[in-house]
Parts: sequence; C-alpha cells; structure tokens
Amino acid sequence: MKVSMNWLNDYIDLKGVKIDDLTNKMILIGNEVDSVTRLCDVSNLVIGHIKAKEKHPQADRLSVCMVDIGEKELKQIVCGAPNVAKGQKVIIAKPCTILPGNVVINKVTIRGVDSEGMICSLAELGIDSKYLSEEDKHGIHVLPKEVKVGEDPIKYLGLDDLVIDFDLTPNRGDLLSMIGMAYEVGAIIDKPIKLPNNKVKEISNSIKKYLTLEVDTDNCPLYIARMVKNIEIKESPAFIKNRLMAAGIRSINNVVDISNYVMLEYGQPLHFFDYDKLGNKIGVRMAQDNEVVTTLDNEKRILDHNDIVITNNDGIIAIAGVMGALNTEVDHNTKTLVIESAIFNPVNVRQTSKKVFRSEASIRFEKGLDYNRTMEAINRACYLLAKYANGKTLKGTLCHNNIKPVTKKIVIDQERIKRVLEMEISVKDIADIFRRLEFDYLQHDTKFTVTVPSRRLDINIAEDLIEEVGRIHGYDHIKGILPTTSIKVGTYSNQYLKRKKIRQKLEALNLKQVITYSLVSKDMINMFTKDKFEYIEIKNPMSEDKKILRYSLLPSLLKVVEYNLARQLKDIYIFEIGAIYYKDNDQYIEEEKITGMMVGNYLTNLWQNKKIEVDFYVVKGILETLFNYLGLTKYIKFNKVINPPREFHPGQVAEILLDDEFIGYIGRIHTSINKLPIYMFEISLAKINQYKIDALEYQEVPKYPSITKDLAFILDKEISAIDIINTIRETGQPLLTNVDIFDLYIGDNIGKNKKSIAFTLEFRALTKTLTEAEIKPIIDNIVNNVEQQYNAKLRDR
Amino acid sequence: MDIIKQIENIKQDLDVQLSKVDNLKALNDLRTKYLGRKGIIQQLSEGISELSIKEKKEFGRHLNQFKELAIAKINKIQDKLNEEELNKKLSSEAIDVTLPGTKVDTGHSHPITKVIEEIELLFISMGYDVVEGPEVETDLYNFELLNLPKGHPARDAQDSFYINDEMLLRTQTSPVQIRTMLANKDKTPIRIICPGKVYRRDEDATHTHQFTQIEGLVVDKNISVAHLKGTLELLARKLFGKDRTIRFRPSYFPFTEPSFEVDVSCFKCSGEGCSLCKHTGWLEILGSGMVHPNVLRACGYDPEVYTGFAFGMGVERTAMLKYGITDIRDIYINDLRFLDNFNYIDGGDINES
Repeated sequence: MKVSMNWLNDYIDLKGVKIDDLTNKMILIGNEVDSVTRLCDVSNLVIGHIKAKEKHPQADRLSVCMVDIGEKELKQIVCGAPNVAKGQKVIIAKPCTILPGNVVINKVTIRGVDSEGMICSLAELGIDSKYLSEEDKHGIHVLPKEVKVGEDPIKYLGLDDLVIDFDLTPNRGDLLSMIGMAYEVGAIIDKPIKLPNNKVKEISNSIKKYLTLEVDTDNCPLYIARMVKNIEIKESPAFIKNRLMAAGIRSINNVVDISNYVMLEYGQPLHFFDYDKLGNKIGVRMAQDNEVVTTLDNEKRILDHNDIVITNNDGIIAIAGVMGALNTEVDHNTKTLVIESAIFNPVNVRQTSKKVFRSEASIRFEKGLDYNRTMEAINRACYLLAKYANGKTLKGTLCHNNIKPVTKKIVIDQERIKRVLEMEISVKDIADIFRRLEFDYLQHDTKFTVTVPSRRLDINIAEDLIEEVGRIHGYDHIKGILPTTSIKVGTYSNQYLKRKKIRQKLEALNLKQVITYSLVSKDMINMFTKDKFEYIEIKNPMSEDKKILRYSLLPSLLKVVEYNLARQLKDIYIFEIGAIYYKDNDQYIEEEKITGMMVGNYLTNLWQNKKIEVDFYVVKGILETLFNYLGLTKYIKFNKVINPPREFHPGQVAEILLDDEFIGYIGRIHTSINKLPIYMFEISLAKINQYKIDALEYQEVPKYPSITKDLAFILDKEISAIDIINTIRETGQPLLTNVDIFDLYIGDNIGKNKKSIAFTLEFRALTKTLTEAEIKPIIDNIVNNVEQQYNAKLRDR
Repeated sequence: MDIIKQIENIKQDLDVQLSKVDNLKALNDLRTKYLGRKGIIQQLSEGISELSIKEKKEFGRHLNQFKELAIAKINKIQDKLNEEELNKKLSSEAIDVTLPGTKVDTGHSHPITKVIEEIELLFISMGYDVVEGPEVETDLYNFELLNLPKGHPARDAQDSFYINDEMLLRTQTSPVQIRTMLANKDKTPIRIICPGKVYRRDEDATHTHQFTQIEGLVVDKNISVAHLKGTLELLARKLFGKDRTIRFRPSYFPFTEPSFEVDVSCFKCSGEGCSLCKHTGWLEILGSGMVHPNVLRACGYDPEVYTGFAFGMGVERTAMLKYGITDIRDIYINDLRFLDNFNYIDGGDINES
C-alpha cells in the first residue's frame, strides 16, 4: 500500500512528524516499509514566463526563448519542444539542477546559442508516462496563466509529496485504506482522526422509481446501491490525479477516479454502472457453470457456480468484487450512474480473482471489509461526484442487509498480558494504548473490557489484544530469558542418527554430499529402475522439468555429474541421502535412499604418475566399508544381474541383497548414455533401517600366530569368485579365519575361457600355535571340494 | 727381545696401512692379512714354540695385547667406514620435500547440512528432540490445523504444489508441530526442532521451489514471549557471533499470536548500516510467535493451561547470510567448485562458541 503523506495529512495532522521517525516506528509496530520516495524528486525548479520566442538560427526544430524567472534579467533558454510558445508559464530547471537519471543541467551553448537552463516536461521530472496526458507526453508542461513567476512549480502542482510504500501483513486489510492508515499512525503520534466529508444532498426523485434490487445468494450479506444523475465526465482535479498517482493508479476521468479515490480512502471498493445500459433491475446471484461474460478489459471469462455475479434483466453485468462487464461500462456519454457498495464472501472473491484477475478491489474484498464503511463510502462517492462531476444524487438507497452486527467485546487482565509477554507494563500504559488505538474500553482495576472497532477484523481473542499492547508498547521492553523447564536430554530419532552416521562415513570415504530437487521431469521417472510403480504427479507444476516426485536419485545425480564434467572437472565423487516417492494402495510412501556417483581418479599424484581410477571395485569397496561399519557384512551379497535396467552397463552391474532381499544396484552407466566410466550405487536406507545395529563388542586380540597358505585354481571364466570363496570358507571351518584373492589371471596359456584365481588363506587357532601338519588335511579338503564342485584345477599351492 | 721389537714394527706397519684404508674391502683385506688364519699374528704365534717358557709367557702377553689392539683398531675403522657408507646411501635416497603430496581428500557435507547441524547441536544441548515428518502432507496438517482454513488469504504467501485437493507438498515444517502434539497422547510438555525440505511455487534469486526449514516448538506451562526472545538470542549468537542483538518486529502468521519477524543486528557492520543489511542495521532471519490458542486446542492442549512458542527459519537464507552466498540457486546446482568451499572448519563456529 502506497501512502501519500499529503493525503494522509487530510485525516491526521502530520505537522512536525519526521518521516524517518514515522517509518521507523511503523516498522516496529509491524508495518514493513518497502520504500520512501518523492512523487517528484527534483529541487531548484522555478516557474518561468516565456516573454519571447524565436526560431533557432541554426536548427529548425529548436526555439530560443527569453524567460522571466523572477530574477533581474531574462534568461535565454534553448528549447526543443514542439509546443513551446510565447506567453506560456512553464517549469524551468536552472543550471546546476539534477534531473532524474542523473541529468545535470548546465549553462551550455547549443549550436552557437547560449542556453541558461531548460524548460521541462513532466517526463523529464521523472513522472512515469502512464500518468501523463497526451499533451504532456509530447511536450513541455504548460502551467495555467495565473501562477506566479519565480515560485516552486512542484509545490504548485502538488508533486511535493512523500510516498511510503508499506508491505503489510495479510491480516491487516484495514490498512488498505487511508483512514485505516490514519488510525495506525494516530496510535504512534497520538493525534485524533478527522474523517472525510460524506454528507449527501439528495434530490427529491427517489431511486426506487428507477431501479429494483434482488439479492439471490448468501454470499452477498450487504449490498447498497445509489443513483447519481446529470454526471459531467471530465478531467479530475489535480489533487485527485496526484493522489491516485501516488497510490500507483492512473487517472482516467473524474468519475472513474472518484470510485478509485473512495476505495483508497475507505478500503471499500465501489463499482459504477452506466444506468442507461443497465436498465431497471439489479441482481446478485451465483454464476452457473460455464456462464460467459466479457469483462472491462475485453476478455471473455468463463465462470462457474463459485463465482458471485451482478446481473440486470439481460444477464451478467459484473463479476462481483473482481471486475465489471463491458456491457454496462461508464463512458464519455454516461449521464446517470448506479453505484454499488457491497460486501461479498471473501472466500468466493478469492477463488474468482485467482482465476480471473487480481484487482485492487478484489484484494480488499478477499481480506474482508468493515460493514460500517459500506454506507459511508457510497455517500462519500456521492459527495465527491456532486463536487467534481456536478452529480445529483437520487433520494434513498437500495439496500440488502443480512449483516448481524456483533459488538466484539474482549476481556483482558493486566496480569495475563504481563504473563504472556513477561514484560513490565502498568495499567495506565495499557489504558493509554487502547485509547491511542481508539478502542473503547471499560476498566475495573487491572481488568479491561475492550470493544473492538468494526474496522479491526483481525482482533478476535485476548491474544490479539496482547499483541496490540505489546507492539504499541514496544517489544524492545522484553528482556530475553530461557524457559525454566525440567532438565531433559535432547534426542535424535534412530533413523535420523543412522542417516547422520552413514553420511559422515561416506564423507570420510571421500564422497561429497549434494542435495538435488525432489521434483523431476516425466522422462526421468523411469530411469535406473525396472519397478512397476505409481508415481506421484503435481497437479499444478511450475514447469515440465519439475512435475513428478522422483523415484530414484540417480537421474538427478547424473545431471550433477554431467554439469561438473562440462566444466572441466574430472574427479567427481558425490552422494546424496534423500527420499524417493511413490503411491502404494492410496498410501503416499517416502523411502529414503543412499545414492552415489563417481568418475575419475579416486587417488592421484600426477608427478608420480600414481593414481587409483574409479572402477566398479572402488565403488564396491566403499559400499563394503559402509556395510562393515553398519555391521551388515554377513548379510550382504553382491549378485550378478541378468536383466538390469537399461541405463546400466549390462556387464558391470550387480544387485545388492541384504539378507536375500533386494536393496539396490551398483554398476556402471551404460556407454550409450555416457562413454566415461561413471559408476554409481543406490541402496534403500529404509530397508537397511529395518536391521537393528548390534552394540559394539570388543574382540580379543589373537594370542597365537597364524599360518598363511596360497592356492591358485584354474576355473571356467563364468564362475563367480564369491562362490569359490564360500566353498573355501565352509570347508576350512573353524580354523580358517580369512580368505582373500590376491591374483586374477586370464590368458591363452591356461586355456580358452579359463581364468586363474589365487587365494590367500589364513589359519589360526585361539588356544595354540598351529603346525603345518595340522592344516594340511584341511587344505587337501579345500582343494578337493573346489576342484570337484567347480571343475577346477589346482594350479599352485 | 727381537720378537717384541718385531711386534712393535708390525704395529707401526698396521697403523700406516690402516691410515690408508678408505673402503671396507681394503679393510677386510687388512683384517685377513693380520688376523686371518694365515695372517701375520698367526704366523708370529707359530714361532712361539722355539722360545723359553719365560720368553713364551712374555711374548704371548705382547702378542695378545697386539692382537686385541689390532682388532679394536680395525673395528673402529670399520665402524667409521660403515657409517660413511650408510650416509652415502641415505643421501642418495634424499627427496625433494617441496614436491606436492598425494591428493588424499575427504568428502564433506553440503552447506545446508552444515547449517542444520550447527542449529541442531545447540538445541539438542538444551533438551530439544529432533523430529521429522513427511514431505507429502495433507492439507489438514499443512494448513487447516495451523489455523489456515481453505480460502484463507494468508495461504497466498505459500503458493503450494498440490497432488490433489487434499494432498500437497508441505510448504512449511509446521505440520510436524501438529503431528508431534497430536501424537503426544499424555499432552506432556514438548520441546522439538524439525529440520526438513519444504516446497513452494516460487523461483528467483532468493527463492527456490524446494528449500529447507528448521522449525522449533516449545509447549509447556507459563511459556512467554521473553522465553522465545531468550532462546532466539542464543540462536542468533550461535549463528552470527556473540555480540549480536535481536529485535522483534510484530508480524502475522495464522498459527501464532502474537507473531514476530526476528531481525539480527548486522554482523558485517554491527548495526551501522551497510549494503548487506540494506543500510538498516538489521537482517531478517526468521519468523516466530506464541502458538495460537486455536492450534493448541486443535492438538488437544488446553490453551488456558499450556502456552508455547514456535519459530521457523529458512536454512538457505541463513547459509546465504552466514557464508555470503548471493544467489540461492547456486545451492542446488551442486557445482563442486561451489561445494568445495565448505570442506573447511568454520572459524566462526569454533571461536565463538
């Protein structure tokens, strides 16, 4: 809400009020200030009188003027405006004046002719062209003859105004009016409010002879209509134009301007119909579905049964609270007005305006209106129409009134205020605050019974009054303390803590945490999975690329990797822990995933030519470390996948099983998506969370030395290493304590489609030092079993 | 005695020869020459049989003395040569210590996580529980029970992503308050903070459609605005330095009454006014207020007995202020050059606590 200080001064005496003090105090009582501007921010201007005008000797389009600016000598000024003429009173910028856009006016010579200043247009003074008349758009501004030479033209034009732009909270609809603002400022500067004149002189002719009203819906509790005839449409007086300009509204003509002016004054939107187009009946009802109307902006609007409409005998003449229809628009020929001042259901107006158009009127209807101002505002409009448009108001009103006036009385005790705010405040101070706010109250010792004025729709309960007292008294009086409650240990949930630990482990393993968006595009939703699932789609997305809740984090991480690769980064290892979303039998499921993606060198020293490239086994190693940390190693399996999702390299992908349940994939990206060896994993944290983590238990350090034996087997290429390891483990129980692979060889000299794997086996007893003789039969068994079960051949032992 | 003299001469020879030795091989040759099985000393001792007993004794004593001396002298030279050899080897193994080390990196948290953890630790230490809730939320929990019925104009401030008429992506972490209060069947006091992702239809240099909030809620008997202020003072000082002050500006949130926007004194200019605080001396950091009686009532707490405060802050905005990030969208691009800024210990965190 943009508030003109000149205008506000009509309702409350602002003499002696410093603008900085005022804005600062308004901020501290809850009204944010976006900006303070001058309507016209130029000084050093004077009114000049053009005594003579001649054509510039060197330039056809320029004139050389001799101007009286109230000094001893006439000033010679070169002017390029087409409309400049001898005898005009004009606005002169003297040398050293700074115009908007940092244009400095100097004494200059223009094509050989000296010029001591500039004759100004309003545009040059920084007035936005949308507020200018056609003449003012194309030339200098010509002042009336009667103005005095040498005086300040800005003051004369009423442009010497300060405008404060307030960013108001949505509950304070009352502040969307100059009168409401006056009450708020009054509470700060403690001065009384002067309400505007709205005395209506009615003529004897009654409205009832010309018009009937029929309200056919509960969504219009109050509707008042008046008629004004003999209207003369013309330009508005300067003060109305300036004040509307300060509020950001363009002047149209005196009649339209008055409807806007009254809305800004009272916060009550009005609508003016042309009576001659309207006919003799006005109605209010709900629209039918798919009913069509052409609004003032010449747009076809399709309505539904939630929209309130105003009608005449032929159909819709306005969408209530939002916009009028073209068919009853006030124009140059309008002679008789029907004025509407009404209250509509805010919820309906809000729905309609969201769909149709957000107007200054609808914004006010949506927040709710003061029913005591509905009549006042319509009368004020009649008063102004009489004064500035020669309008004659017909006797009486048409009125539909279903409002049940309730007087809101709230009882509040000083003790309660002090307890909630924990602030020292005297009964006298509280009483003073209610008085400044112009709230009626009765006081009994420390108890106040406050009658809330009808303009304050935001005040309904005792807490609201506590807020009023607090904000006017000033929250800086409150000294912060900590609550004195019982001592208690703060906790994380198990899930939260586990996620945190996993995150820290992955960070220790050199992965960097990223956070990506949950909303993805439709083409990303089926990537990296073969699941059949019901995805969750947004009904009103902002864009196609943020339309569906993701089912995997991998597409998003792939985008991050590609983004970084495109910026010459080569070594990328990232992870994210976040939810995926889907629907399962009407249940909305959020399942947490741990997802990582890696490419480049995991460890590098360039000058030593030393590096560990990220490959399947680096990523697998990272996961193994993580599973080991979580105590899950014994439940985890990495299995070959026959038919992986098509985004994976079919030869380099495994499914990860936890206790034989699928929890995710690890693998390389398919080379058709990216040729680089990008590896990734995605595992379900939700499934890991189903496992209770064992308490940490110390394992005694072995007392006796171990014996190590190496065995190498030649096997068929397809046989998985893990199967051999499992066989070795089983056979070697209980003395075999560890099996590792230390060599893998593939070459023709050991046969086509064969491979050689070398294992190192560690044996240890807890109670003694083992001898070679003791383990020999175990090793023989192992060799036998492996050879028989896998058609293997011992190569080395 | 001749032989004794002979030993003296041999001793002198040895000294001369030892002084010329400069490598272990020559020394070993000398050792063999004097101490070997066919060496000089052995040869001398073979001549002993021709002597009288007295002479034998005398000669034997001299010879033994000489032998021990020769061993000692040779060993001494050997030690010296060994050391020289070792030094030579070690110095040949010298490296350029100024060459760069192997890049042994660690990963690190996203800046959003860093800020959440900082806040979370403060509140955990004051006995708050960290609680989470779903991101796909009902209109009931996200709005209605928070005193925002359908059609309420304040819903405009939180333009929502709807899935259908009843389900939406939560626009705030406040529904976790509701869930926590409703789930607490015994209606005992509550102290929680709730970090999490939230979603609004908004996108520019200071808004992303997805962002992170931390919500705080305390419900107990006799909770006052002063308690809220004291708690938030601690928070502001933890995040922005121990000299910070805060101010409460009255505001409006449907679920709190009274409501406050909270500003912290600008940490860059200490309130003098600078470009960061747009010359106001204050930075807006969060919204807060006393839990609205309607909200308490809807969650089964009697507002005549219980009061509470709640606050909610945007983690991105806090991170932007704290670390000087100018465009919120950078936070979600995940450019590693941006993220690597956060692989450092935060001096502000260590020095101010």
